[in-house]
Amino acid sequence: MSGHMMISAAEMEAISARHPELVKGSNHNRIRTIAIVVGLVLYMLYSWWFFAIGHVLGNANWNIAGTYLADWISYEVRPDVRIAADGTMQVSYPRFSPLGPNAGPDWVKLETATVTRTVGAPAASAGTAQTPKKSSSFSFMAPGSATGTAPQAATPAQPQTRIEEVVTRAEIIFDHSTSITVMEHTARATHAGETLLIRLDGPGKVKAEGALPRWASQPHPGEKITLAFGFTGWADVDADKVSIHNRFLGWANFIFDTNSPFFGKSFSEVMNLIVSGERIDPQMSNLALAWNNILYNSEWQHLDVWTKLLQTIVMAFVGTLFASLIAFPLCFLAARNITRNFVLNQATKRFFDFLRSVDMLIWALFFTRAFGPGPLAGISAIFFTDTGTLGKLYSEALENIDDKQREGVKSVGAAPLAVQRFGVLPQVLPVFASQALYFWESNTRSATIIGAVGAGGIGLKLWEAMRTKSDWENVAYMVVLILIVVFLFDSLSNLLRSRLIGKRAH
Amino acid sequence: MSVLSRELSDSGALVEHHWQELAQRRRTYTVLGLVVLFVALSASLWFSNETNAGKFFDRLPHLFDFVGDLVPRDGMEVVRALFDLPSPYDDGSFKYNYPEGRLYITDTLYVPEYFHKMLETLNIAIFSTIIGMFFGFLLCFLAARNLMPNFFVRGVVRRIMEVLRAFPEVVIAGFFLAILSLGPIPAIIAVSIHTIGALGKLFFEVVENADMKPEEGLRAVGGNWIERVWFGIVPQVLPNFMSYFLLRLEINVRASTIIGAVGGGGIGELLRLSIGQGHEAKTLAIVLLLFSTIIAVDQFSAWLRRRLVGDQAFQLA
Repeated sequence: MSGHMMISAAEMEAISARHPELVKGSNHNRIRTIAIVVGLVLYMLYSWWFFAIGHVLGNANWNIAGTYLADWISYEVRPDVRIAADGTMQVSYPRFSPLGPNAGPDWVKLETATVTRTVGAPAASAGTAQTPKKSSSFSFMAPGSATGTAPQAATPAQPQTRIEEVVTRAEIIFDHSTSITVMEHTARATHAGETLLIRLDGPGKVKAEGALPRWASQPHPGEKITLAFGFTGWADVDADKVSIHNRFLGWANFIFDTNSPFFGKSFSEVMNLIVSGERIDPQMSNLALAWNNILYNSEWQHLDVWTKLLQTIVMAFVGTLFASLIAFPLCFLAARNITRNFVLNQATKRFFDFLRSVDMLIWALFFTRAFGPGPLAGISAIFFTDTGTLGKLYSEALENIDDKQREGVKSVGAAPLAVQRFGVLPQVLPVFASQALYFWESNTRSATIIGAVGAGGIGLKLWEAMRTKSDWENVAYMVVLILIVVFLFDSLSNLLRSRLIGKRAH
Repeated sequence: MSVLSRELSDSGALVEHHWQELAQRRRTYTVLGLVVLFVALSASLWFSNETNAGKFFDRLPHLFDFVGDLVPRDGMEVVRALFDLPSPYDDGSFKYNYPEGRLYITDTLYVPEYFHKMLETLNIAIFSTIIGMFFGFLLCFLAARNLMPNFFVRGVVRRIMEVLRAFPEVVIAGFFLAILSLGPIPAIIAVSIHTIGALGKLFFEVVENADMKPEEGLRAVGGNWIERVWFGIVPQVLPNFMSYFLLRLEINVRASTIIGAVGGGGIGELLRLSIGQGHEAKTLAIVLLLFSTIIAVDQFSAWLRRRLVGDQAFQLA
């Protein structure tokens, strides 16, 4: 090769003037580029219309998106302050509050008083139309009894005198700049340096004093006012009820649920109980009890989640392993340089294509019907699809081998099987194993989604947590586990593959 | 002892000894590996059988029951279901009411339901592959060692891609199904996000293997980073990018079908419903349509890839 020829700028311009097509590029190419870009833009516009994307995004409930996202890493505690007609209050927590029964958190400050009050029987007051709400909120009967069943309605109700403890003032502190104080006929909310006073003069007479600050909204005059404090929570203020949603960072009751005897105890307390405490349950040691409580945590369902995750891993592992074991002998039939039989080659290849092209979804749905929901269906679906894919890849690898080794082995008079064993296998085995590993890893990921149609594994559990229960913190937990598993298997498979076929592992 | 064998010299014996030792160790590792694999396999099989709703050997005789459930009342039923033609067995039930799903364009001209839904699934795949390609293209140059010397930026972009790739699609779809109403857009978002990660990784590996001479030339004449990338790197990697784009498109057609089945619209949802309700002719029609579409897409993409980059296009991922 001779060195570069140096040309001056003037000469270069002369050349470009003489052969403009060399410098400017061909019209054909330019038109093609423009056509591709225009086509892409048109296609994107068409899709925008086809999927009605603008319409859907415009109608989306974006407020709830923030709440759902916050749910991933935090939880709400929702006390209700119920206000009676006389201005006295009661604070209650929902049944499955993350604080457990008998909660008295320090961010709810109550002033109480003892009052004597005459309470009419529920059946009697249900007949009078004016005050059904009041009586039901102060009912001492079971909640269902307010409707009045037949035998109750028959017995005339006796007014009763009761001495009870009621709350006269409740202060809920969200954070250092945010709090709500509920007093007789007023609620005072403070947030970000602004204070809002709300008059609560009975149903339909909720009224803010002065203008509403930015964080408060009242869709209908006289009815409830919603206070949004951002991440720290929100509240609904109505005439007879103030609903508090106080948000805390973290996953509530991740280790012990509220029913566990270890609930609410510090780490050292739990350790003390396990090591030297008296048996809580005479049937088993405290260690076994604690472990049991963790596994069957009703909120997080650790054991179930781990079992389902293991199912997903197993589905990918067994499915890929079986697929490569079946694809291995078949690919020798499909490779035209190994088996010199056109019909057999084509038949095997079309069989692989068939297995591959019947989608994994179709296989998954069929095997879910055949075996019932569970990992067997997932294994079979992965097995069938990947026998096709791996078979195709394996036979292509076989067709690209170097023939010299085979000829060498053949020339010393080896039997046909020995030719394959010593002339072919050493060349392709690392490639085969590497591709199987790659699919193992990628199937670990895709096994999640076929699980969602019923083929076993964590997919269905994820789907239920999202669609039926909106337990986004559980979803986050499972996602974290899946990500850990995927990264682990990713590195493991990369490590094994680079061992098998050197540093360039693809 | 054969005729060929002779007394070896000391060093020869040492070599032989070492060789035998190595071979022995190799054999041990192979056997050990196989034993581990076998134990893991047996444990896995036992575990899956134990946690499955139906037990393998109980269900095995009934494995092909569903084939019996899939036989339509006559062969033409499949064609009628596919093209939304009225069925002679129509008894008012949903099972035989094929014309019900017609999408009328004019008063008489209609698109059969399954073709429409198949088009929807295909569009989900194409649209989200384009979006994924766009963002993957933007990101890949920031993740390539030869173009982004800053270790920190490179690391961050690569981690982002990894998370996008590994994040379960079903969660993204489920999350957006909760915010948006039912429909294909959650599926588009889920597939796009996954595609950004997957294509980004493949793209930056291509970029790292690119010839740096054009880039050096542009650097020598004072080209800035964007000019160097656009005129020095992009022209040589574009055919490979297109090839990976097409490969991803094949994968995404399947992915959008599956996401459709879990509530993302398209043909997947109809397939799940019709298998679940035992509508044999409808199921067969959908399977037939899906099967031929996937083959058509694969063939088209293989043809185009062969034209773009020659035979090297067939290395998968």
